[in-house]
Amino acid sequence: MTDAVDAFVAGFIVLSAVVGVVTYVTLLERKFAARMQSRIGPYRVGPHGLLQPIADALKLLMKEDIVPRLADRVVYNLAPIVFLIPGMLIFATIPFAPGLGVADLNIGILFFLAVSAMEIVGLFMAGWGSNNKYALLSAMRAVNQIISYDLPFIFTALVPVLLAGSLRLSDIATAQAGLWFVFYPVIGQLAFAAFIITTLAAENRVPFDILEAESELVAGFRVEYSGMKFALIQLGEYAHMVGTSFLGALLFLGAWAGPGPAWLGPVWFLLKAMGVFLLVTWVRWSFVRIRVDQILAISWKLLLPLSLLLLMATALVVVLRSGPGV
Amino acid sequence: MGSVIAFWILAALVVGSAVGLVVRRNPIHGALFLVVNLGGVAALYLMMHAEFLAAAQVIVYAGAIAVLFVFAIMVLIPGKEETGPDPLRAQRWLAVPLGGFLALEIALVLRSTVFTTSRSPATVPGGVEAVGRLLFTDYLFPFEVTSFLLLAALIGVMALTKRKAS
Amino acid sequence: MTGYLPVVIYLVLIVGFGVVSLLAARILRPSRPYPAKLDSYECGAETIGEAWVQFPVGFYLVALIFIVFDALAVFLFPWALSLRDFGLWAVGTMTIFLSILSLGWLYAYREGILEWK
Repeated sequence: MTDAVDAFVAGFIVLSAVVGVVTYVTLLERKFAARMQSRIGPYRVGPHGLLQPIADALKLLMKEDIVPRLADRVVYNLAPIVFLIPGMLIFATIPFAPGLGVADLNIGILFFLAVSAMEIVGLFMAGWGSNNKYALLSAMRAVNQIISYDLPFIFTALVPVLLAGSLRLSDIATAQAGLWFVFYPVIGQLAFAAFIITTLAAENRVPFDILEAESELVAGFRVEYSGMKFALIQLGEYAHMVGTSFLGALLFLGAWAGPGPAWLGPVWFLLKAMGVFLLVTWVRWSFVRIRVDQILAISWKLLLPLSLLLLMATALVVVLRSGPGV
Repeated sequence: MGSVIAFWILAALVVGSAVGLVVRRNPIHGALFLVVNLGGVAALYLMMHAEFLAAAQVIVYAGAIAVLFVFAIMVLIPGKEETGPDPLRAQRWLAVPLGGFLALEIALVLRSTVFTTSRSPATVPGGVEAVGRLLFTDYLFPFEVTSFLLLAALIGVMALTKRKAS
Repeated sequence: MTGYLPVVIYLVLIVGFGVVSLLAARILRPSRPYPAKLDSYECGAETIGEAWVQFPVGFYLVALIFIVFDALAVFLFPWALSLRDFGLWAVGTMTIFLSILSLGWLYAYREGILEWK
């Protein structure tokens, strides 16, 4: 019984922390994007606009909820929660410091990838349930793109797994005590670059944002949503991005490793994850949108074979360095 | 005790979603029920300590296969409910003897000695490492043959769609 | 399965968070629907028909190729763990597996299946 109570407390803390961080990541993104465009960004609510996310949340909480007449009501109403679940659940297996997290599963990264892939269910439900041409087209494009980039994403995420020899995320983190995997000669840099590209595509961000290309598809699959349902979809999407950033920081940047006392570990981890997030945001605000056929060609013709080759090369290096087996 | 309750909740979920899949006339609703069903089965695998099978079930079935079904529906008959008389109505009567046969089969399997020797599920290795070891020793040949199966599936599909396109 | 109990509890908390916030919004928000507001959004024009139309077969093809390589990806996880035990043997067998599958990829490439039309 005490196990369940402990798990409840841990889950509650992680969930609150994730909601808090994700809410403020929206402000970070807006400020960062504004600076890149020589703007100031949110500034009015609180000092330097620091209360803006809270104002946004309150506003969305009070907004009218509109269900289009033509919508498939059940699917439409369930979609925000179904979409929220994978975005939040991927944090379950991330260790924020040694022994600090919901559950450090021995199949950690497998769990992360499996849950993360479930994102497309809620996304499609939102697009289809809206019975809106933009929303459905956007959802179809999104699913198409996400499954196209899922494979290179899995293959590059497996590179650190090979180097560490474990699927448990805390093992992968501790295996980098001597050398962060991003600094592993050649392999590390290539894998990290591929990870960033596939992350960009999987998160449907510019230059891979054909699913919500504002000029043609307005707001994409969430165009009919308003009020709290819209907020939950946004929360799910940003949670997914932040979770993937944490995964990137864990797989390649040594997770909680950093100077200073051990209790600074989670802070370092958060800073590194935000670094990955801002790297993605930087790319996002620097490039123009890529066409659908180009997006799919990049993945299927280029990233898929190259990431597999990289994986096999990594396997060869790992085997040769650890001496002949059997 | 907790695992027994969890089992019955999951079993109800799996059976309920399977019924929903059959009963719903909207094909997309059917596909969504299928996702619930496959996810529930994955959770049942997890309860039997078959971690790898559970994860593979979610990634391949609840992820990829479900997407394939949804795309197939979107390419063929999105949003349309099945209307009009069922052209294969006569075949429905086949369901009765076939269902009876399946029930008989299950009953026979359950009565056989395989399940009477109570082995605790923990003794059967279902972890990812155990699967990997078996894959490269006892089951190496089937594993390599799988690649031919996948290759055949891939090429068959491409040949079929090509003929349709031209 | 005690290892997954925290995950299940966390999942319940997530769903609870979603449901509670939707219920809170239901109490707080106004509700003044009228016919024009409930129309599907179509850039201000009158909505014509439903959105549930047929999509091109290209989507289906991508999903099919995805399944084949997804099955491959699943095999890579046990392989990654037993790599250190089996050494070059594991690398060799996986290379054979991948070479056979890459024939399918080459065929798709040459036939132009990987092009989006």
